[in-house]
Amino acid sequence: MKLFFNKARHLVGIAGLALSLTATAVHAQTPKDALVVGWQFDDIITLDTAEVFEFSGAEITGNTYDRLIGYDPEDVSKIFGVAAQSWSISDDGKTFTFKMRPGIKFSSGNVMSAEDAAFSLQRAIILDKSPAFILSQFGFSADNVKDKIKAVGANTLTITTDKAYAPTFVLYCLTATIASIVDKKEVLSHEVDGDMGYAWLRTHYAGSGPYEISQWKPSEIVVLTANADYWGGAPAMKNIFIRHIGESSVQQLLLEKGDIDIARNLETEQLKSVANNDQIKLLKKGKGTLYYLSMNLKDPILAKPQVQEALKYLIDYKGLEQTVWAGRGQVQQAFLPKGFLGALEEQPFSLNVEKAKSLLKEAGYADGFEMELIVRNASIRIDTAKSIQTTFAKAGIKVKLIPMDGKQVLTVYRARKHQLFFGGWGPDYQDPHTNADTFAKNLDNSDGAKSKPVAWRNAYAPKLMSKDTRAAVLESDASKRAKMYLAIQRAHQQDAPFAFIMQEQEVAGLRSNIEGFILGPSFDSNSYKNVVKK
Amino acid sequence: MTESQPTDGFKAVSFITSSFIKIKPLLSFVSMLAMTFFGLLLLTFVIGRLMPTDPVIAMIGDKAPEALYQKTYIEMGLDKPVVVQFFYYLGGVLQGDLGTSVRTANLVSDDILNYFPATLELATLATIFGVLFGVPFGVLAAVRQNQWPDYLVRFLGLIGHSAPIFWLAMMGIVLFYQHLDWVAAPEGRLSVVYEYTLVKVTNMVLIDTLIAGDWGAFKDAFAHIILPASLLSYYSIAYLSRMTRSFMLDQLQQEYVITARVKGVSEFSIVWRHALGNAWVPLVTVIALTYATLLEGSVLTEIVFSWPGLGRYITDGLLAADMNAVLGGTIVVGAVFIFLNLASDLLYKVLDPRAR
Repeated sequence: MKLFFNKARHLVGIAGLALSLTATAVHAQTPKDALVVGWQFDDIITLDTAEVFEFSGAEITGNTYDRLIGYDPEDVSKIFGVAAQSWSISDDGKTFTFKMRPGIKFSSGNVMSAEDAAFSLQRAIILDKSPAFILSQFGFSADNVKDKIKAVGANTLTITTDKAYAPTFVLYCLTATIASIVDKKEVLSHEVDGDMGYAWLRTHYAGSGPYEISQWKPSEIVVLTANADYWGGAPAMKNIFIRHIGESSVQQLLLEKGDIDIARNLETEQLKSVANNDQIKLLKKGKGTLYYLSMNLKDPILAKPQVQEALKYLIDYKGLEQTVWAGRGQVQQAFLPKGFLGALEEQPFSLNVEKAKSLLKEAGYADGFEMELIVRNASIRIDTAKSIQTTFAKAGIKVKLIPMDGKQVLTVYRARKHQLFFGGWGPDYQDPHTNADTFAKNLDNSDGAKSKPVAWRNAYAPKLMSKDTRAAVLESDASKRAKMYLAIQRAHQQDAPFAFIMQEQEVAGLRSNIEGFILGPSFDSNSYKNVVKK
Repeated sequence: MTESQPTDGFKAVSFITSSFIKIKPLLSFVSMLAMTFFGLLLLTFVIGRLMPTDPVIAMIGDKAPEALYQKTYIEMGLDKPVVVQFFYYLGGVLQGDLGTSVRTANLVSDDILNYFPATLELATLATIFGVLFGVPFGVLAAVRQNQWPDYLVRFLGLIGHSAPIFWLAMMGIVLFYQHLDWVAAPEGRLSVVYEYTLVKVTNMVLIDTLIAGDWGAFKDAFAHIILPASLLSYYSIAYLSRMTRSFMLDQLQQEYVITARVKGVSEFSIVWRHALGNAWVPLVTVIALTYATLLEGSVLTEIVFSWPGLGRYITDGLLAADMNAVLGGTIVVGAVFIFLNLASDLLYKVLDPRAR
């Protein structure tokens, strides 16, 4: 037996050695001149600004590239020049002339000129990646873009659109990630087979923003390094280390222990848990993402207007805001998020089971019916879908929840093979046309349509509303335009097979010594530039 | 000359025949290897195509215009029959091209060189712990059969087998990281101060920190790996202790043990040298299979500890319809199983002269 104890002693000795190795390494606090962020950023699939269309990628490029135009994250109606010092619009409303800000340098040391801006926008059109429509909707194509967007001298850029659009519509589109300005010389030096540097820029950096992308390891880490020569002043934090922490409960633990400075994906329960911790503060900001229930009109039951209206009265909007979404969302019942030009804030719907029953009776479904609801397998969406399932049951509607992976849900949704869908939609830029164009316009409802907006996915094809949407985007008077969108939303709210439920509120948990982190209305306006540690 | 021709011809035929006999096992092995990989890839490819995820949406997102969708659909070769798609892929593999990952924008081969060492490091340490603790515990349980050490080992083994690894991992983090402060944060393989500065040579951070001669970084890496490796090893310890106990009980009932005791051989020598020496033979196969399982099956641990390993890479790839990544990862996992099976066969022959 002694021998066994001797063996055991050896094992204990090994364990002791292991512990002694860890003992001095576990108290690592974040460095004073660096910010450490815990975030789920596994959606980043590219760093090329002509291709970036994911939330996380937009935030990274938003902090590392300059665009011609920017907006105030606290008041998006305030538009200002970034790489462009000033701009003017021709009398016919089609030509925008930008004067470039002098003295901007790329990380390579090259000086930014109007040629870089022209190249970046031309490149986005020619490469024709997913977000290219944000620019091509102004009549640009690979064939004409070099004539329509061009440098006139070293410091002047002109952009000529095919129609006289609302000026803010054009300008807001130039604030989008795809309008980021890349270093032409640097990018073209990595060109292979005429790819305009695409293969290289997907994993590299060629910008001029307050931070440079030093490292990106997918689903692992993003390292941003301060640009000491930034024209707007060097950021205080020398590095931003963004770590992919997939589990939100782990993010909470790391934040509480001080191993990260900011946790970006705390769930409702974790937010409650850290609310009383005086070492942690919560930063909240209404985002543009809307969560909605949609009804596929290809289904004969859902095609009945009374059924659509009944379902809108069978959602517990306030209850969801207070429980499932506590602090992470606000009720919004129109297709434009609060903060957008012309956003409708009226909330005509509330949980009203009796009214819903009477509408269902009118439609011939007094005893209810059975329906399938597809939803992405994420906790807040599943919890919302469960609430819908519960309240629908009060009117005899049996909902079968079908949780799926995010991309599987989109596959079914885009193929119009669903009955009910619950999901989110984030605007592509800060102009109301972004959502109006997808929710209120559908010019071809055939299965082989060339354009498949969200309205098409639900077989909703409102002719008058589509016409009004096209008219609104050409209105140059902002107040008239706002009224047009209000009217479209009111009609949409009553008529469309969409029940808008919640506008997302992003919440970040910060250590109490962190100041200056900005959450904007979109992910590309979340900013690390002014972060300091007190 | 005319007489020697038949002789030379006979010699030549004889040489070819004898050479063929010599290389026949090698040819048989190579063809078995090729068939295994072919079957593995075909199965994974078909499963990937059966997944209800549109690979085009996975690549360009759901907001892309219809024209871009159609263009990408054709560019990805999805307009061709699945069989043709598979053979296109196979052709690329045979030329050493595993394709590009949709999710990471990198060559799959580069991704594997990045992710596999992280898994290899974790699984190797877990297996070392498993052998270091599991085998002695099994021996102890066998020697003290139906006494409290035996009950204890079996009870702990039962927990190791039945407790969900995700739950064990969270409990481990709460206890050892949050309350006791013994281990580093579950944030990956290194603290940020080292993550960015360490020069990666092998991509196994324990080894890379040693190569760099950075003792602080080594301690940091150890503090990060010790908990996930220990938790993973709990599964190995549980399994290996049970198997060791079983093999040892079998050996301790053999006649040579009785003979040794009669001859006055010390109990230590009987247990650790003779009985365990014979028990090692089947144990080697068990250890190899446990190791292989850890190399491809530690996805949940990798998620909880933000560990950038191959299991997570394949799983994320499958959910995102990133078939190049899934197939590339599958090739590696298949190769690992084949290699470990071969290694255990060789070790079997080393340990057991009858098998030579």
